Amino acid sequence: MNTAMNAATTIGLGHYLSVAAIVFTLGVLGIFLNRKNVVIILMSIELILLAVNINLVAFSSFLGDIVGQVYALIVLTVAAAEAAIGLAILVAYFRNRGSIAVEDIDLLKG
Amino acid sequence: MLLHAIFFYLFAGVTVASAVMVIAARNPVHSVLFLILAFVNAAGLFVLMGAEFLAWILIIVYVGAVALLFLSVVMMLDVDFTALRRGVLSYLPVGVLIGAVLLVELLIIVGAWVVGPDVAKAITAPIPPPAQVSNTQALGLVLYTNYIYFFQTAGIILLVAMIGAIVLTLHHKPNVRRQIIAHQVARSKATAIEIVKVKSGQGLP
Repeated sequence: MNTAMNAATTIGLGHYLSVAAIVFTLGVLGIFLNRKNVVIILMSIELILLAVNINLVAFSSFLGDIVGQVYALIVLTVAAAEAAIGLAILVAYFRNRGSIAVEDIDLLKG
Repeated sequence: MLLHAIFFYLFAGVTVASAVMVIAARNPVHSVLFLILAFVNAAGLFVLMGAEFLAWILIIVYVGAVALLFLSVVMMLDVDFTALRRGVLSYLPVGVLIGAVLLVELLIIVGAWVVGPDVAKAITAPIPPPAQVSNTQALGLVLYTNYIYFFQTAGIILLVAMIGAIVLTLHHKPNVRRQIIAHQVARSKATAIEIVKVKSGQGLP
């Protein structure tokens, strides 16, 4: 009982990695569930990148190496750029086709 | 220690719950708002881990810029989002199956994983004691010296993304007359006015 209490109240690396794993899985699940809605898919990708960031910062904090936080900063930059480009493509596509359903985006299928 | 645990479970619980709501909400606007909640609570987790600068950046960049970008795009698009949600339940079994397999695998990895003996020797930039050097300063000391090329690359990525987004969304309507200052300045008396001789008492035809 006492050891169980200790394991629950002493927050270690494993706890943060578990949270990141759950958020990552939810992001993947979101891509599967909302296969028609590009906006939700982009948000799911943001969730996945957030999980990656939690992982990087957790390792950086618990191993005592600040380079992990530098990498988290780079991941954040790429995520912001990806969101901006993705939404710009979405707006341009909506302007041309009047729809954002994923299964309509098959013009290059031949 | 107990307080740390309480706040960890609070932040982690709200992060996971709002991540669930992001993918489960019917209205995409609600999804964006839950995404903001998830980011704010993840920033709380970052503070608990001692990464204050990244926590602030997460709030400023994600909540301030990315989430509001999502919000404005969702509100601007005139799309029937309920039609896009049809058929979600048919994907549910496969999605839950793959998600469960992925989660179990990841948790097994987290549970069985230990720090290797050589890791402590491989640390390149140890975190200085927080009492002497703040997290922001420590990050800056590394980012602007050893990792200056990463920093520059991040800047170039943002520049390319900005130009790309502008080029993609800039849209000239064909029938709009725009002000061209060079044409206005280049007007001369010959092109600007026309003198018509009108016979008195007749007027113009």
